[in-house]
Amino acid sequence: MNKFKLEYRAFGPRALLIEWPRMVNEEVLNDIIKFKKMVEEALEGYELIPAYNSLTIISAKEINHESLTSQLKDIYRSTYTSAKVQRKLWHIPVCYDEGFGIDLEAFSMEKKLPFERIVELHTEPLYTIYCIGFLPGFMYLGGLKKTLHHPRRSTPRLKIPQGSVGIGGEQTGVYPQESPGGWNIIGNSPVKVFNTEHENPCGVSVGDKIKFYPIDRDEHKLITIQVDANIFHLKTYELDDTGK
Amino acid sequence: MIQVNKTGLYSTIQDLGRFHYRDKGVPVSGVMDAVSAKFANKLLGNDENDAVMEITMTGPELEFQVETLIALSGAMISPTLNGKEIYNDEVHRVKRGDVLEFGKLTSGIRCYLAVKGGFMTEEVLGSRSWYVSLTEFSHLEVGKTLDIKEFKEIVDLEHLPGADHNFKEKEITVFKGPEFHLLTEDQRKQVLSGIFNVAKENNRMACQLKQQLFPHKYSILTSATLPGTVQFTPSGKLIILMKDAQTTGGYPRILQLSEEGIALLAQKRTNDEILFSLQE
Repeated sequence: MNKFKLEYRAFGPRALLIEWPRMVNEEVLNDIIKFKKMVEEALEGYELIPAYNSLTIISAKEINHESLTSQLKDIYRSTYTSAKVQRKLWHIPVCYDEGFGIDLEAFSMEKKLPFERIVELHTEPLYTIYCIGFLPGFMYLGGLKKTLHHPRRSTPRLKIPQGSVGIGGEQTGVYPQESPGGWNIIGNSPVKVFNTEHENPCGVSVGDKIKFYPIDRDEHKLITIQVDANIFHLKTYELDDTGK
Repeated sequence: MIQVNKTGLYSTIQDLGRFHYRDKGVPVSGVMDAVSAKFANKLLGNDENDAVMEITMTGPELEFQVETLIALSGAMISPTLNGKEIYNDEVHRVKRGDVLEFGKLTSGIRCYLAVKGGFMTEEVLGSRSWYVSLTEFSHLEVGKTLDIKEFKEIVDLEHLPGADHNFKEKEITVFKGPEFHLLTEDQRKQVLSGIFNVAKENNRMACQLKQQLFPHKYSILTSATLPGTVQFTPSGKLIILMKDAQTTGGYPRILQLSEEGIALLAQKRTNDEILFSLQE
């Protein structure tokens, strides 16, 4: 297994930041997730926040950065054998209908791509969750096809409906709740990846993968009803700990 | 129960925060000035995490429907009970039908109302802190009733010395943030020897400062932020993240406030002066 050169930095009296080399790739992400799992097994009582090339360790109390850093370095040097990471692939339905995809027409004209091609290109990849932040349950996804890269709108909208699926720059994602936003909206997903009514409010984790699949308006309506009645279950598949 | 007759500018229920869901993008929330809120709870013999009402600048009108004990701490908003003046940092007995009102704001901006046993409002993901989209309410609404316990016992009210929390203090203790090293010598000087004014963009999510430092071109890959993180935007603005801030960000994190620093900043109003004192 590749070991990276990590930087350990104090982040105020109660937190410590660990940084990997500045790269967005699966190898770095796998290493972060494995390390997170090992830290969880070795140390109790911390909150761990993984993202792209970092892992932030937060305590409820003041910490001794030097001794925590040396503990963490020991953990990183140890072997990976005990750490089994469960990673999942989630299939998420999206309705790419102009009624929801309010920017579809403009997007299609500017990119010179017919609607069907946009849907094909958007539903083809397995996207990787590199970070969850911005809003509860908002996934930063990597893997958008270059053909679909498109700048954010010059003026953000004040209200984007819950479930909107958008493209902003090199990123794509789903707005888990109504919010302001500047992405180009191409569809809507009826599912809630973040739901406080569930015992585990957010099944998805950093390192999991997402595949979108197209549904029509009727299916969107049906799934919305099933979601509200708490009887819709997202399709998930187990992945191995390298995310394959 | 407490019935809300008037809401005031912005009143919410908060405990010390919602932890262990930050990796799912859930902000911590919780009281902005933890020093005052903890003190109000301590006066009543409550747990420090018991939910209190955070009252911002102008107070609500609240009608008690049970007998209990209350305490106020933090900003001075000239509170009255049935029209009679009462004071912060003291325990008061309230009876069924009593009305708590507020008047002129004379110091700080956030006042904490604690009730014996804490507010028993809904708990979501291990916290009673209100946050839009997670909890049913995001701020007080007229006619709403808030669950509290009845407390009729006669108790010897222990007198505690006041919270050592001076809102006039300008100096805010800070620590180096993870990207402090990116600052040039000039930018460091600006940050650490400058006097800053609180901008009007100041709420539970973030407190911006009026002054701008030299612009820069650093960016980081999106990474965790904390309440009290000082973000440095490319245009040179300083944004201090507060309790409802998002859990990740892409601006360099140059400084980090302590919980006490956040508590002090939480009592500052637009134009108030602050300066950063770096603790190595």
